Amino acid sequence: MTTMRPPEARAADIPAPLAAPAAADGAWRRRHLLDLDDFTVDELDLVMRTADTMKEVLQREVPRVPALRGTTIVTLFYENSTRTRSSFELAGKVLGADVINVAAASSSVTKGESLVDTVKTLQAVGADVLVMRHSRSGAPYLAARTVECSVVNAGDGLHAHPTQGLLDLYTMRASLGDVRGKRVVIVGDILHSRVARSNLWSLTTLGAEVVLCAPPTLLPAGLGRGLEGKLPPVRVETDLDRAVEGADVVMALRMQLERMHGGFVPGAREYSRLYQVNAARLARAKPNALVMHPGPMNEGVEISHEVAHGLQSHVEEQVQNGVAVRMAVLWLITRNSTRQARAATKGAL
Amino acid sequence: MRDATVMSPADIRRAITRIAHEIVEHNRGAEGLVFVGMLTRGVPLACRIARAIAEFEGEQVPVGTLDVGLYRDDLTERGPTVNIQPSDVPDVAGKRVVLVDDVLYTGRTVRAALDALIDYGRPERIQLAVLVDRGHRELPIRADFVGKNIPTSRADDVQVRLEETDGEEYVRVTAAEEAVAGSPEREVLR
Repeated sequence: MTTMRPPEARAADIPAPLAAPAAADGAWRRRHLLDLDDFTVDELDLVMRTADTMKEVLQREVPRVPALRGTTIVTLFYENSTRTRSSFELAGKVLGADVINVAAASSSVTKGESLVDTVKTLQAVGADVLVMRHSRSGAPYLAARTVECSVVNAGDGLHAHPTQGLLDLYTMRASLGDVRGKRVVIVGDILHSRVARSNLWSLTTLGAEVVLCAPPTLLPAGLGRGLEGKLPPVRVETDLDRAVEGADVVMALRMQLERMHGGFVPGAREYSRLYQVNAARLARAKPNALVMHPGPMNEGVEISHEVAHGLQSHVEEQVQNGVAVRMAVLWLITRNSTRQARAATKGAL
Repeated sequence: MRDATVMSPADIRRAITRIAHEIVEHNRGAEGLVFVGMLTRGVPLACRIARAIAEFEGEQVPVGTLDVGLYRDDLTERGPTVNIQPSDVPDVAGKRVVLVDDVLYTGRTVRAALDALIDYGRPERIQLAVLVDRGHRELPIRADFVGKNIPTSRADDVQVRLEETDGEEYVRVTAAEEAVAGSPEREVLR
């Protein structure tokens, strides 16, 4: 067992305070959502409370409110995605926004347009919010510095997936209440996981005990060094049986099949024998421990079929909460958007 | 600045009792009624009216809560207010709904509430009960049941405090300086 700090996966050129932290009065000051690394307890609480409201909206007979009427949201995905993209699209539509989906594969990107030019074009078309996924860590930061509209990071490389971190937190709180002191085990490809990184920030900020579990080849190098004083200690385990002992939450990460050929693990069978979340291992956790997975699942590899669909599985709930949490994020960041600011100035004159 | 308490706890109690009777009289009973309190202070007011009706009519009127944050058209003018709360609206389809709020002012909150309410179903009719009507409407909206009409200037500040939400109980008007000097803007009701 070693004590570690989160991996240094963040691009060196990532500017620190693109989003000003919340003021002491608890008011929301962010215009972008890029990562959870600088979120305060108050801000996380505000997102959770706002998501409660959004969840109620989703349960109505006609789940539609005019809160973002006149707002244009563009989803720009340089990587494939089903749940995240459709979840953002639905969230925007429930709030009355216009949503345009741009898949990089079918856009001018294939003609050689640069990221900067693409986001500038989308802003010129009238985007108020740019929801962006990119395979390069830090790409949304570049976009946020380039354009005036709000930028939401929907996953960048190995770096961050903040809305996943928020919806995971929301799902945990729905069952556990306060996560302070709760033990959350994240098992799988920690090295390549932006989901693990985003969860790490939000959970430790709220005082949860995070245990990261992976084969040594899938743990970032230099975990013990760096980021001095940035985070409370995190436990690292290479033995899943020991890691899940007494856990309140067991979160399995997707084992990407291409990793099998990258020399990280000997093979799917070997991996699942040692690191699959199955009934026998789950029995070592607390009796009603939550089973979570950010999807898409490789059933039979990182998680067994019976556990993935068992009584303790909250995977489907995660997807449902994703819409409410993304509604909350879209609503909150547009409170300070340029359009709102312009309208307010006009109103004051 | 000048402070004036315009309603004491006893005044508020009497106003609520009267509104409760007016609602029952106007609707010829309490059957089919639903109260929807607008967050935050409309909720305790709606509960009190329902309690009064239960006492003298023996009928329990369901009380819901409504947050109109997602329906407002004046968000930008109110600054980046981000606190919104979940609504809890009972079945309103075919019901006679009485919206309850503490202060009726521009009418914009009520407009937003009407939009919100209709998203929950089609009520037979919607009525409005307020503790205080301070004038200065910006929309063609009026209250059916009013606790007290208080002529104010736009610069005045009307504070409603209720035991359930604030731990104290009064309605107070803080008059702006120019308003005290007899502002021509002061709107006199009725």
